[in-house]
Amino acid sequence: MTANDQKVLIKGTRDGLTLSLDDQCAYKDILKELQSKLSMKGITDEEPMIHVTIQLGKRFVTNEQKEELVDIIKEKQKLVVDRIESDVITKKEAFEWKENTEITPIAKTIRSGQLVEVRGDLLLIGDVNPGGSISATGNVYVLGSLKGVAHAGVEGDTETVIAASYMQPSQLRIADQVSRAPDYETEGVYMECGFIDEQEGKIRIDRLQEVVKKKPDLASFERRMRNG
Amino acid sequence: MGEAIVITSGKGGVGKTTTTANLGTALALQNKKVCLVDTDIGLRNLDVVMGLENRIIYDIVDVVNERCKTKQALVTDKRFDCLHLLPAAQTSDKSEVTPEGIKEIVEELKQDYDYIIIDCPAGIEQGYKNAVAGADKAVVVTTPEKSSVRDADRIIGLLEQEEIEAPKLIINRIRNHMMKSGDMLDVDEIVSVLSIDLLGIVVDDDSVITASNSGEPVAMKPNSRASIAYRNIARRILGEAVPLMNLDEDNGMFSKVKRFFGMRT
Repeated sequence: MTANDQKVLIKGTRDGLTLSLDDQCAYKDILKELQSKLSMKGITDEEPMIHVTIQLGKRFVTNEQKEELVDIIKEKQKLVVDRIESDVITKKEAFEWKENTEITPIAKTIRSGQLVEVRGDLLLIGDVNPGGSISATGNVYVLGSLKGVAHAGVEGDTETVIAASYMQPSQLRIADQVSRAPDYETEGVYMECGFIDEQEGKIRIDRLQEVVKKKPDLASFERRMRNG
Repeated sequence: MGEAIVITSGKGGVGKTTTTANLGTALALQNKKVCLVDTDIGLRNLDVVMGLENRIIYDIVDVVNERCKTKQALVTDKRFDCLHLLPAAQTSDKSEVTPEGIKEIVEELKQDYDYIIIDCPAGIEQGYKNAVAGADKAVVVTTPEKSSVRDADRIIGLLEQEEIEAPKLIINRIRNHMMKSGDMLDVDEIVSVLSIDLLGIVVDDDSVITASNSGEPVAMKPNSRASIAYRNIARRILGEAVPLMNLDEDNGMFSKVKRFFGMRT
């Protein structure tokens, strides 16, 4: 129980408002108090939009309940929900997070006709021969020559990259973008990395060192967590 | 409404894929709308021979399983806008498609193309049945070797049980000096054993290998003998009466060749 029995605590911060919801009382009590508290103040039209962060503490809410909370707050014209923070998630979400944030190492040659799909990042120790195919929901790293097809960000993460020791792919796919090898015979390149160029919205290949500069949070846990 | 021609042989390695690629190219050179269909699921090659491997997004298994529309899976040739390829799947198994599934796709393609050329896998099992299902006509490819003629004979027997036109024969990889010395089966002999119409003969030519390695069908080369042979076959498919190629540089076999031609028409 919070002091003086308040179930919804409103705090002003630099970024807007923080609504701390009590995590011990009944959910419908919160809704009630939220509605009454928010209806109290008259906000004038001239004021800018106020960003709201909801802190749920140790309460678990379903997606429908989240929507309900957002709707109540949205009714107040000048309030917009930025984030909903909760200290708890379901087991299923936790497993998905874990899967999506893990790096799966695989040590073998991916030959023509073989297909390797992983969740999270893929670290392939070996070659991908022409006709072979690898894909991951996260990044793809190949310690070997990539001559087949590689797909990173299968579920739509455009921030993912494909790096290879020797890059001579027949196709690179990142999220929903595809780029293919030119029709003339080309030499491959060493230590390069494919990524989506934000300005052009297309896949580009550049030196590994350059890509690391552009995407500093490539390997950070936060980036990988976003997949989930 | 186009017609669907299946290229088959029974035996592997006699040149089905090469024949498919080159007939397709030769027909496209004649301004026909052509769609090549690779049914060799799990061991696709046609895309490599055509140099289109890096353009494949979807394949025939995706179409059969309705993961995409037929048009989305078609790859346009880099040389001709009127030539398309429906690639086979590389990561799936032959059992993922059924003869009915292929037939449906071929029927759909026949609406838009003059010729559908179906590349059949080697063997006489599921893959062969899939390939033959949608075809109106069949072309049997053989080489002047006993084993390959034997398999061609077997395939012709099987094709006769299907509801398609009597198959036509292409004899591939002819080496003239061996045929002359009697070390290789003679064109006449093969035709008389198999007793089907001869559609054409193709000499064994190094440029076929060079071309397939560079992803450019040999039919694009103006002077190669194999190229002329394939283009002649395409013209015969279109209904022209083209005499069989003279195998001898010095006209020595001319009368003999004339005889084949007489037999063919």
